[in-house]
Amino acid sequence: MIAWTFLTALIGSALLFLLPARRAGLARRVALAAALAGCLPVAVAVWSFDFGAGAGAAGFQLEVQREWIPALGITFHLGVDGISLVLIVLTALVAVAGILFSWNVERAPRHFFALYLLIIAGAYGVFLSLDLFLFLVFYEIVIVPKYFLIAGWGSTNRSYAAMKLTLYSIVGSALVIIGILAARVASGLDTFGLLELAAASFAPGLQLWAFPVLFLGFAILAGIWPFHTWVPGGHVAAPTAASMLLAGVVMKLGAYGALRIAMPLFPEGLEAWRLIFASMAAVGIAWGAGAALAQRDLKFVIAYSSISHMGFVLLGILSLTSLGVAGGVLQMVSHGVIASLLFAVAGRMLHDRVHTRELAVLAGLGLRRALPFAAFVFVLASAASMGLPGFSGFIAEVLVLVGTWGAFPLLLLPAGIGVLLTVAFTLKALQQAFFSRAAGGRESADAGAQYEPISLPEIIGAVLLLAAALGIGLYPQPWIAPILEAMNSDLMRVLLP
Amino acid sequence: MTETATLFLALALIPLPPLAAAAVLLFMPGRLRRPAGAIAVVAQALALFASGTVLVRVVAGGDGFREVLNFTWFQLGAETVVPLGLLVDATNAPVLLMVSLVGLLVFIYSIAYMGGDPRAVRFFCFLSFFSAAMLGLLVANSLLLLFICWELVGLASYLLIGFWFQKPAAARAARKAFIVTRIGDLGLFLGMIWLYREAGTLLFYDGGAGVLETAVLGGLAAGAAGGMTAATAIALLLFIGAAGKSGQVPFHVWLPDAMEGPTPVSALIHAATMVAAGVFLVARAYPLFEASATALSVVAWVGAATALLGACIAVAQREIKRILAYSTVSQLGFMMLSLGVGGPVAALFHLLAHAFFKALLFLGAGSVSHGCGEEKDVLRMGGLGRRMPLTFACYGIGMMALAGFPFFFSGFWSKEAILHAAQAWPVSPGPFWIALAATFLTAFYMSRQMLLVFFGRARSEAAAQAHESPRLMTAPLVILAALSVLPLVVATPAWPWFEALVRGGEAQWALSRLLAPEVWPLLAGSILLVGAGVGLAWWIYHPGRREAAGRDPLEDRLGAGHRVLAEELYWDRTYDFTVVRACRWSGRLAAALDRWIWGGAVALAAALARLFSALADRLDRRGLNHGFDLGCAGLRAGGIGLHRAHRGQLHFLLTTLGVGAVGLLLLLAWL
Repeated sequence: MIAWTFLTALIGSALLFLLPARRAGLARRVALAAALAGCLPVAVAVWSFDFGAGAGAAGFQLEVQREWIPALGITFHLGVDGISLVLIVLTALVAVAGILFSWNVERAPRHFFALYLLIIAGAYGVFLSLDLFLFLVFYEIVIVPKYFLIAGWGSTNRSYAAMKLTLYSIVGSALVIIGILAARVASGLDTFGLLELAAASFAPGLQLWAFPVLFLGFAILAGIWPFHTWVPGGHVAAPTAASMLLAGVVMKLGAYGALRIAMPLFPEGLEAWRLIFASMAAVGIAWGAGAALAQRDLKFVIAYSSISHMGFVLLGILSLTSLGVAGGVLQMVSHGVIASLLFAVAGRMLHDRVHTRELAVLAGLGLRRALPFAAFVFVLASAASMGLPGFSGFIAEVLVLVGTWGAFPLLLLPAGIGVLLTVAFTLKALQQAFFSRAAGGRESADAGAQYEPISLPEIIGAVLLLAAALGIGLYPQPWIAPILEAMNSDLMRVLLP
Repeated sequence: MTETATLFLALALIPLPPLAAAAVLLFMPGRLRRPAGAIAVVAQALALFASGTVLVRVVAGGDGFREVLNFTWFQLGAETVVPLGLLVDATNAPVLLMVSLVGLLVFIYSIAYMGGDPRAVRFFCFLSFFSAAMLGLLVANSLLLLFICWELVGLASYLLIGFWFQKPAAARAARKAFIVTRIGDLGLFLGMIWLYREAGTLLFYDGGAGVLETAVLGGLAAGAAGGMTAATAIALLLFIGAAGKSGQVPFHVWLPDAMEGPTPVSALIHAATMVAAGVFLVARAYPLFEASATALSVVAWVGAATALLGACIAVAQREIKRILAYSTVSQLGFMMLSLGVGGPVAALFHLLAHAFFKALLFLGAGSVSHGCGEEKDVLRMGGLGRRMPLTFACYGIGMMALAGFPFFFSGFWSKEAILHAAQAWPVSPGPFWIALAATFLTAFYMSRQMLLVFFGRARSEAAAQAHESPRLMTAPLVILAALSVLPLVVATPAWPWFEALVRGGEAQWALSRLLAPEVWPLLAGSILLVGAGVGLAWWIYHPGRREAAGRDPLEDRLGAGHRVLAEELYWDRTYDFTVVRACRWSGRLAAALDRWIWGGAVALAAALARLFSALADRLDRRGLNHGFDLGCAGLRAGGIGLHRAHRGQLHFLLTTLGVGAVGLLLLLAWL
């Protein structure tokens, strides 16, 4: 049943490819229908998920297991635990919102949405796979359409950014493949099954080099410092929906892989490398925030803030405390929602109307009056991004820092600097983009008339994402409980002391 | 309903009406300005009523009355619960009443003051939101809930300072306030996490298991790490947060700039309530601070430094609100000092008394500026006493309360109590002498302001044309003036009712206690100091003097020193040169490193790959025959074809790819 998450997206994608070119207007409706159809199996999974399954169980529910390539020990094995559950909910949410914010794509919409749905399918698949070969297949499905979306529909410096992003991704996935093959060969087992491999014990010598290879392969996609430079260019060049997906979901694939595969497979390697990677994550928090402060393009600011926020994810999962890991996973969801919202405002609501993202130029336009809804959403999204209480980011960051305190107290310093710089750059961007005095008295009551009014899909998308950020922030219980439950499974338990 | 249930209903009803009002006003159309003001005022009145009930209950409850109601916010796994809670005791009940009362008066005043602003609805929305968060902060029984509300009042403060964001100064001030207080908040946040790590809970009181109860405090005071106990470290971290919010040196720089906000905001948030939140936090967590003598000393010395520096700088300011802002800094320093030297009751009483008379002074300053055409420079005012008699009278009362005029003003007795506590501090006599100096300066700068604004002749056209403000603005002034006098009856040494309420015990009426040997010398001494301050101000600024308009006679007397004070000890400029610059440059450095070093490494890798391919290509061409070249040409043509696909001919390729992938997966799912 859970296979229908990515199957709906794939069917939608195929339908869009086959759609005749002149029915371009139909494309977005098909895409939306496919994304909504994908929400159904997600909803069913949430509905039928047993939240009180208890410790000791394998931890995965709603499993699907079929023979695929028996000769190589490859199976079609899917399953959900609490961690993947919250992440497929995130994917469903961002998928729908991204389409709503791409309602105005005029250039070859069917190809645009077809590629978009391919990424969605890949993301669902990654979060659900329990067979590492299957995992790799989905992981690669995500990379290729990303390139085409940026190169074909992007803006600033798109071909360079697309190529850079793709090369980074490919290097990352090459490392992942090496790591996975190493695990399979060294285990001596004839399987790619994650659970079977994780149960095998690996020689410390192997773990010592295989862990960093596998972990870094994943962490590159999660934007770990200093392998983060693909993030700003790629996010900025991407069309709005692709930025939303990149920041909202794709970066999470890396963090998820690190947590789900790299860390449980090689616990001893993890122990040896933990401090180094955690330090890199913490430096990334401060570094991303500092670099964001120096940016002049609104999208660059948001892209750098993503690096900073993803640093919290990695720091949290590396803390190896149940609170820290829960915080890290919750931060994946939180950042997924907030970053997509910020990109939606910057890309769709502002850039598509004003045709610039230069903060200095925006400052002269008096956009608060011209686009009040965009200003309203951006204020709330900024507050959420700063980690103000009431929004999801607050809970997530608190949990991560509580966990970090137990594991690496000194790393709170760069993290704290990052938190402060986040306030600085967020307020700077917010005030420059919306709340500056309009040049030459252009700020009049009818200032909005020159821009196309905010459309209904945009409002729905914004409300959807804002509601998620607020909902998690006010009542995080339904999100945290399954994540913590998942940490009790056989697979994940090795991580916690 | 049981009595306790009613109490908690009332307690919950304190922050909820303003919160509901804020939610309603958020979606209210901008033209409904009058109804918006009415909604906000009614909600605030409800909060006031509920606070009154709660206070009555606390007073009736007698000795050490304290009720807590804890509930689960969310659960982390089976054993870790994250609870929040409400708390009422004699520490927060009077403050609740004060906040809702001053809030109500400021709301009413705002109807007149902001009535003409096109964004008045938004203004009342923010103001109600602030009120809700502030009241929530006060009723919190959990450091976590307190921190949440703490952040929200910071947000409200940011929104309200920057309310006139078209003014670049206001936008800058708002940002500065938020960032500087956020630095303090980081300290509070770390302290909170540390406390949680040590104690396993963040509830203040929890039937013996709370962090402010003896069982936990004993553990905190015992364990030592890095030369200090956990209690010391946590208390100091919490104090960083308190210092940020309450404008203590060296975080005070944001508070004077915050006066860029509308005057009611300055009165309510940046004088009476929010800035006192830091003091309240220390008072709330006092048992924790008491567990560490080091932490208390730090509080005392920082408070003393703040009291003195604020008073010094206030002497040389010209803007009417800026003088009051530095005065607020100085008075907050007094409160902290009092907490540090072991006088939490005096601090709390000064907090309450100060809230009333400082709100009065700010609203009075608003009335003054309003009356003379938004003039703010006290040197360009003068003679307003005759033209604005009601404002003059109220302002005079506020000024005398702040300056510590003897006997009939609450400020006199609260300051007296603080001096008394400082005198009794066994650790060092320093803070006591500093407090005396600050008392003298306070009397001086307030008299200076009074004389320049209300006496003598008008020194500008606008001041000569001044008129009294509308009734809606003066009525709150009159009530606040009454409140600057009345509270005195409950906190004199003759009848220490307030101390008995907070500390427990019975208050006995005995006028003779005023003449007790440990009371009267200090009483007389501080009266003399106040008299000296007023006299000096009269000598320099007496109404009959002649001087060029717009020039402060103090400039000639103090010389270079005046300039240093007028420039606020160059504090801002130092920060600009150090911290701000360091942030900016490190940000640029990170961005540049990204572009040149990491980006350069990528470019280098790409260049190497290209070099390698060129080499391979060269070798191939030399070594291989023409037929192979033809094949290569064919490949290149294919490449160009693919390149064209970018421009829309991607269709076939992608279709094949997509359909193939889908088919494959469908097949798999089927199997």
